[in-house]
Amino acid sequence: MLLYVLKRLAYVTPVAFGVSVVCFLLVHLAPGDPLSAVLPADATQATIDEMRAAYGFDKPLPVQYLIWLWHVLQGDLGVSIATGRPVAGEVGRAVVNSLILASAATLIGFTFGTLFGFVAGYHRNSLADRAASALSVFGVSVPHYWLGMVMVIVFSATLGWLPPTGAGPDGSGNWRPDLDHLRYLILPAITMSVIPTGIIARTVRALVADILAQEFVEALRAKGLDEWGVFRHVVRNAAPTALAIMGLQLGYLLGGSILIETVFAWPGTGFLLNAAIFQRDLPLLQGSILVLAMFFVALNLLVDVMQTALDPRIERA
Amino acid sequence: MTQPVAASVALDGGVRTADLAAGQEPVFAPSRGFWGHVGHRLVRDPVAMAAGAVILLVILVAVLSPWITPMDPYKGSMLRRLRPLGDATYWLGSDELGRDMMSRLMLGARLSLFIGVTPVLIAFVIGSALGILAGYVGGWTNTILMRTIDVFFAFPSVLLAIALSGALGAGIFNSIVSLTCVFVPQIARVAESVTTGIRRRDYIDAAKLSGASALTIMRVQVLGNVIGPIFVYATSLISVSMILASGLSFLGLGVRPPEPEWGLMLNTLRTAIYVNPAVAALPGLCIFIVSISFNLFSDGLRNAMEVRQ
Repeated sequence: MLLYVLKRLAYVTPVAFGVSVVCFLLVHLAPGDPLSAVLPADATQATIDEMRAAYGFDKPLPVQYLIWLWHVLQGDLGVSIATGRPVAGEVGRAVVNSLILASAATLIGFTFGTLFGFVAGYHRNSLADRAASALSVFGVSVPHYWLGMVMVIVFSATLGWLPPTGAGPDGSGNWRPDLDHLRYLILPAITMSVIPTGIIARTVRALVADILAQEFVEALRAKGLDEWGVFRHVVRNAAPTALAIMGLQLGYLLGGSILIETVFAWPGTGFLLNAAIFQRDLPLLQGSILVLAMFFVALNLLVDVMQTALDPRIERA
Repeated sequence: MTQPVAASVALDGGVRTADLAAGQEPVFAPSRGFWGHVGHRLVRDPVAMAAGAVILLVILVAVLSPWITPMDPYKGSMLRRLRPLGDATYWLGSDELGRDMMSRLMLGARLSLFIGVTPVLIAFVIGSALGILAGYVGGWTNTILMRTIDVFFAFPSVLLAIALSGALGAGIFNSIVSLTCVFVPQIARVAESVTTGIRRRDYIDAAKLSGASALTIMRVQVLGNVIGPIFVYATSLISVSMILASGLSFLGLGVRPPEPEWGLMLNTLRTAIYVNPAVAALPGLCIFIVSISFNLFSDGLRNAMEVRQ
């Protein structure tokens, strides 16, 4: 097991390195200089040179990268051009809000996804099965930003049940676990959960059908185990894969939340990214993307290791 | 994962019992060939056919839109803003600047389809080439290419698309470039795995022994056998691509006003959800219908080609 973890770590390290290179280069993809967005149009060459030297943009790219990486490894993601505050702090606050939203969505998605998946897997070609596959096609085909708008139209604009935007009644940027804040979480979380619900339902359905067709299930039934006992064996066999999919979905939601967070004005990383893009706040853009991508890499690693811990057959394969 | 073309023809080229019973085909029917069979099976799939019909209709509207829109899609009227659905003049209502929604939705199909499908097309060409090369050549070429591709898999696709187009700046061209970069690694990975699966087959060895060059083998033997599964995978990406491309426009990173594009229209109509919710939701409905049609058609195509996921 330890050897497996080490092997995964050895595999992930170059990927993480590559991710850092991509994030670093993002800033240099931008037309012109990262500074051109902040400097006044009539800045003299002397001012430009001075700024370039101050930010280190006059050094060759590989040197700039190493300096940047050195700072990043110490937790310093630079300073936001728009607010002048450290990027790490801004991203940190936003990540917490995004995690709350993405976790809530994953939880809803996992609950309904496994429920539909199990029912559909147990009753192949039944009405429930068709409903589950329709749901999964819907989940991956619906533009979630539009679904968010429709939710706001129905539940806020028309019925007036739930607040349309924001994370809390005081308009604050921090979500707290109380009833008032919970009302703000419902609509974005449900909107976001549609994708994982569909994907988890599809995976669990295939898994359950596959497990039920295996010989050991027949053997269990033949030795007189009741259906509940058989069900527990099915769950035990389906769990590692289902949990792995859930973990990956959490990562996808966290990274892909920008559109939904924009629709609901949810003060998370997506909202932050949106602001960074339109203020051409490149350090903030770079920092948020690096944090989200690294989170995704770490989550992938965690999922791999957990899956192997739950199901040792994977390690041997 | 794959089925060599030659083998599948030999297997499926015979006469089906169902056809025999119906007496529709002579006993020694000429083989339809692989694609003939795929087409035959696809035609019998009502869901895929319906989805295909919707896609064709949208393409037709998109192509013909400059000539068939009922009104000028750019001409607004401040007096006739946000008319509701079923209005006598504006059948599908009017937008926040008093422009006819129906005309704008029809013309919008052009840009929405273009920015959604183009990245997948380009990525299909580049990704297949990279994947086949990595899979066939193997060794260090494979390691370097595939490890580079792994880096892009460390980004959730939405994040990568937004990061790239955010850094490049708004515009149709940049949005297509960003989405292409999102899909190339995904297609390349599939192409690589399919190619690796067939490179040890006997018919490849036979081609090698016959003295064919690596390039010829890749073009003739490999391409012919791997292109089907890669194509099916690429069609399944169109739906995602449509949602993402319109999503970029929705964020203000793709198409710029006043051009009509569904994602952008959805964004500008967000302010109207309290006044005229049904009209505001229309562009998103269009994206949804096209996206689900592409998904269902792609599913049908996969079943018809018997490609396993």
